[in-house]
Amino acid sequence: MIPFTPFKSRLVPILINNIDTDQIIPARFLKTVSKEGLDKNLFCDWRYNADGSEKADFILNTPRGKGAQILLAGDNFGCGSSREHAPWAITQFGFRAVISTSFADIFKGNSLKNSLLPIVVSPEVHAKLVALPEDAEIQLDLPSQTIGLPDGTRVEFPVDPFNKNCLLEGVDELGWILKQDADIAKFEGSHPGTLNTLLVA
Amino acid sequence: MKTLSQKIWDAHIVHEEPGAPSLLYIDLHLVHEVTSPQAFSGLRARGIKVRRPDRTLGTVDHSIPTTDRSLPIMDPIASIQVKQFEANCKEFGIPCFGVNSENQGICHVIGPEQGATQPGMTVVCGDSHTATHGAFGALAFGIGTSEVENVLATQCLLQRPSTTFRVRVDGTLKNGVGAKDIILALIARIGIGGGTGSVMEYSGSAIRALDMDGRMTVCNMSIEGGARAGLIAPDDTTFNYLHGRPLSPKDAAWDAAVARWRQLPSDEGASFDRDEIIDANSLAPMITWGTNPGMGVSVSGAVPDPHSIGDARERESVAKALAYMGLEAGKPILGHPINVVFIGSCTNSRITDLRAAAAILKGRKVNPNVRVMVVPGSMEVKRQAIAEGLPEVFREAGCDYREPGCSMCIAMNGDQLSPGEYSVSTSNRNFEGRQGKGGRTFLASPLTAAASALSGVVSDVRTIL
Ligand code: SF4
Repeated sequence: MIPFTPFKSRLVPILINNIDTDQIIPARFLKTVSKEGLDKNLFCDWRYNADGSEKADFILNTPRGKGAQILLAGDNFGCGSSREHAPWAITQFGFRAVISTSFADIFKGNSLKNSLLPIVVSPEVHAKLVALPEDAEIQLDLPSQTIGLPDGTRVEFPVDPFNKNCLLEGVDELGWILKQDADIAKFEGSHPGTLNTLLVA
Repeated sequence: MKTLSQKIWDAHIVHEEPGAPSLLYIDLHLVHEVTSPQAFSGLRARGIKVRRPDRTLGTVDHSIPTTDRSLPIMDPIASIQVKQFEANCKEFGIPCFGVNSENQGICHVIGPEQGATQPGMTVVCGDSHTATHGAFGALAFGIGTSEVENVLATQCLLQRPSTTFRVRVDGTLKNGVGAKDIILALIARIGIGGGTGSVMEYSGSAIRALDMDGRMTVCNMSIEGGARAGLIAPDDTTFNYLHGRPLSPKDAAWDAAVARWRQLPSDEGASFDRDEIIDANSLAPMITWGTNPGMGVSVSGAVPDPHSIGDARERESVAKALAYMGLEAGKPILGHPINVVFIGSCTNSRITDLRAAAAILKGRKVNPNVRVMVVPGSMEVKRQAIAEGLPEVFREAGCDYREPGCSMCIAMNGDQLSPGEYSVSTSNRNFEGRQGKGGRTFLASPLTAAASALSGVVSDVRTIL
């Protein structure tokens, strides 16, 4: 993971509620054994015609959808499956944050592990962001947990302190958990396994 | 006073420190071919072993064909994924129910049927329907691939506490109404984000009356209400199911386990953050009309009219769903023509599901315009079905009876709808394209699916019982 630094970006609105992970990256692209190349299939069925050509009116195919780093989505973004391919595809496309009024739990957790910041805002702030002019940029600052709007106002957003630290330092959870090895061993020692072994010699 | 989920949580805390989530020990980790390859690559890159291969169990389910297992996998990309999964399990010493294993099946079907899933455990799997295992009183979370890697490496999961959400279902289900209708009705009521952040505990006389297969159906779709996990307190039904399973405790260990498990149910008077009550007596068979599992009505109900919805974004989402589904606002859903019926998935592919469907189909013929696929959840379910003569019932009725796997639930393996086709499916998701690009899914119970297979239109099974 790379450290998460402050940045300024335009917003790419896809203002549909309950966008599920099957829309973000359809299951047929999950047969891959790597993380690479998922960006071209991000929102695949909304983005391409049956013959593979781009749908001209879908936002990611318009100038507005390119080169920006913040996705502005409807309520309950990322519901559905646990596929981490969803945040992989979103970050590979170039997004570093998604703003919504709410996120599905697993998607939110997966995003935080991939330097994609899920930002929850109130419906009022969301409406304000929706109303911004197309070329307006907002400032995203993780250390202060604020979004800076073009009119100079700042809006705070919540982030789990542990995840915030991981994002800022660019470290992943596994390194942290591995450091708890003594406690894990102690737990295992005091809780003899009740699961019969599945291992066959 | 503690709830069931608090008791399991407290018993699994490995490490806690200010500012960090709790580190929980994981008793059982199920892995499959789709969400694990990048986790194994991660372990290899770091030079880490799997900490507890004896608490890890692999199966292939999502991308494997449901045709003759002796034939090679025709899809070259799926074939690589499956082979690599089997090789990963071998390299890391994980027991694996591979393509040709006699125990292969959908991850959420095999864990319970092997007796690997037990009350009071923590269970994880890189799959959102891991809540299924909660039917045994196990705290079971769906996780992403990074977490799969974390658990493989450390047998631990970082978690913040969830809120608690009790769903009481009291009363008696009417003939033709089952577990699937309970959960579809709940999600239709609370919406697909309604349970976000919570662990749902299902209780009440109608839940107690369900067999384990039915309880798994209910818990399975907890994620469809947004919940992190679903739970049902273990009782004699649970213990009778587990007794004698290959991985269940034996002899004295069994008695000790049952004594321990009896302590698990939520204490009388334990408080929950939220309560929802469902009257089982008033439930009818449910069906979804839209593009998320919360868009459901009773089978005799009507498709909603967007004009009657006040909230603008909600109105748009209903209109968008109706456009995708090709349905007219305000019209009844009963009698809508269908092309396909799919009976399978980790929601409804167990022996009681197949029995229920077979009871409707026995001695009858499915409508010639409908392609009916019946896909058992595991090789074990398949064996039980054979012992009961179910495959003949399905074949004589004109169904396509296949080999175990996820199949058309997720349409990764070539079992899929064509654009525009309608299906009645016993699976759990009706998202756009979920069962094949452009395909349109009505989610329902095995009974409703079987009745609709006979008539070729969305049907009310109660009329033929
Ligand atoms: S049957 Fe469907 S929902 Fe269940 S594990 Fe397979 S793909 Fe997921």
